[in-house]
Amino acid sequence: MTSVPVTIAAPRGAGRRAWARSLGRGLRFGLLLACAAFFLLPIWVMLITGLKSFDEVSLARMWELPSGINLDNFAAAFERLAPNLLNSILLAVPAAAISAVIGSMNGYILSKFKFPGSDLVFTLFLVGMFIPYQSVLIPLVLFVQSIGLSGSLLGLILVHVIYGIPITTLIFRNYYATVPTEIVESGRVDGAGFFGIYRHLILPLSIPGFAVVLIWQFTQVWNEFLFALVLTRPQTWPVTVALNNMAGTQIVEWNVQMAGALLAALPTLVVYILLGRYFLRGLMAGALKG
Amino acid sequence: MQLRRAFQGRWVAVGMLAPSMLAVAIFVYGFIGWTARVSLSEWRGLLPDYTWAGLANFVDLFADRRFHIDLINTLVFTSFFVVGAVTAGLLLAILLDRQFRGDSFFRSLFLFPLAISLVVTGVAWRWLMNPSTGERLSGLNLLLGTFGIDPLAWHTSDQPWGIAFVALPAVWQMAGFTMALFLAGLRAIPEELKEAARVDGASELQVYRGVILPLLRPVLLSALIILGHLSLKVFDLIVAMSGKDIRLDVPSIYMWTTTFDANNYARGAAIAIVLLIMVAVLVVPYLAWSLRREAEV
Repeated sequence: MTSVPVTIAAPRGAGRRAWARSLGRGLRFGLLLACAAFFLLPIWVMLITGLKSFDEVSLARMWELPSGINLDNFAAAFERLAPNLLNSILLAVPAAAISAVIGSMNGYILSKFKFPGSDLVFTLFLVGMFIPYQSVLIPLVLFVQSIGLSGSLLGLILVHVIYGIPITTLIFRNYYATVPTEIVESGRVDGAGFFGIYRHLILPLSIPGFAVVLIWQFTQVWNEFLFALVLTRPQTWPVTVALNNMAGTQIVEWNVQMAGALLAALPTLVVYILLGRYFLRGLMAGALKG
Repeated sequence: MQLRRAFQGRWVAVGMLAPSMLAVAIFVYGFIGWTARVSLSEWRGLLPDYTWAGLANFVDLFADRRFHIDLINTLVFTSFFVVGAVTAGLLLAILLDRQFRGDSFFRSLFLFPLAISLVVTGVAWRWLMNPSTGERLSGLNLLLGTFGIDPLAWHTSDQPWGIAFVALPAVWQMAGFTMALFLAGLRAIPEELKEAARVDGASELQVYRGVILPLLRPVLLSALIILGHLSLKVFDLIVAMSGKDIRLDVPSIYMWTTTFDANNYARGAAIAIVLLIMVAVLVVPYLAWSLRREAEV
């Protein structure tokens, strides 16, 4: 109400512009809400389906809310997927940790200890990030067989660590590029060597870098499908392969599949909700956007 | 003394990088070479057979009807996915460009699909896009029905249009990524530039068309390359949505089934090499471009 005299006092054009602006704002908010609904749709369906009792589940009533909270579907899905969820943890945690250590060392070298040809080495590393993995799959399967790790989680960890070298090196190299080179120089003047500088000067500054790489690699390895498909056996299937096979059979009802899909998504979703900032930085690094 | 120490440090550095260099040399470049060799062999069976076959596998492949279907499917999927993800991402970025209360909530919401597995996406969307009719009508068709729209066949439509519908979940998953790229691009545009155009009497729409969109061109290029190479490699999503349905076949799936189900290693390797070349044509110039740009900065 108090704004009325002000509006009258202002020139007519300004009043129209203010009106247009609030219309624009309302329109924008409405569009954003519509987009949000679209993005939430699959999660919403998985959730309400998962929470229904077996009697309530029916394709024709897919969009109806559950009458109460019932964990039948989640229990059934968990019973089937529990060993695979465990496999995924045993796979993704060590793979992410080892990748981060290697990436940190490589990034340190390629940003602070450049040698003739080091930029070329970095470029050659990066190519490995973009190749379709089908182009290395046949030799890879033969190699993993030949070292006796076929079907084991250890073999798959090794593969993820190796093909994780490009992205982890890239993230750490870009991260260390923001650390002033004078720090390294001052370490040298004080008589510290390669490891001394890393241990005492670089590593203490690396925690955000480690957070980005650990979260990124954990998410990537957890979600990965192709390597797991050709390198594991039923006992060592990670959750992505198990979920896919569950969805491919007629035996498991669609509602249990939906609950299983949500269970498989939950760990990386929780990590994203808690630490999304770091996840985003990994994502942008992958586009070579620093 | 100090100089010698720096020199030693450099050798230690090369030594510490050596294992990674060796791993990449073998597992990326060596294995690509090995695959190329298999693609020039007659290996069709469980036991390796490196008898020289020249380019016969490639000639056969390009005469193969299934591979024609794959190439058409890839083209259709790439077109719908790239155009869809760029348009959606740009729209979201423009909607979120001006900061307001709650904008970070929306940003996080549009990005969350990137954190989940394509297999999860595929399983959820195969039920959302369930093509059953009558008693078993469900999913999106049920929602469309309330608006009086007839049920769609979605990803079970006739080839090649089925795969165009697979682009929908793919856009759902990746639109947040293009949004983030465009937002970073928008935030990098100096406010004075936009203000100058406004002072000159340009409408908000004209500011976008005349000032903002042209400055987003490098970001658009990045988005096109990243999305384009991802869509050439698409595999998980299609397998999770339809298994080995030939209507949705693409090179990456053909490679997998012909190699590991049918033991036709020579053909599988040939498909892999064609796929690699397609990706390389897109990515290698981009890598060169972005590294040169980095060097200039």
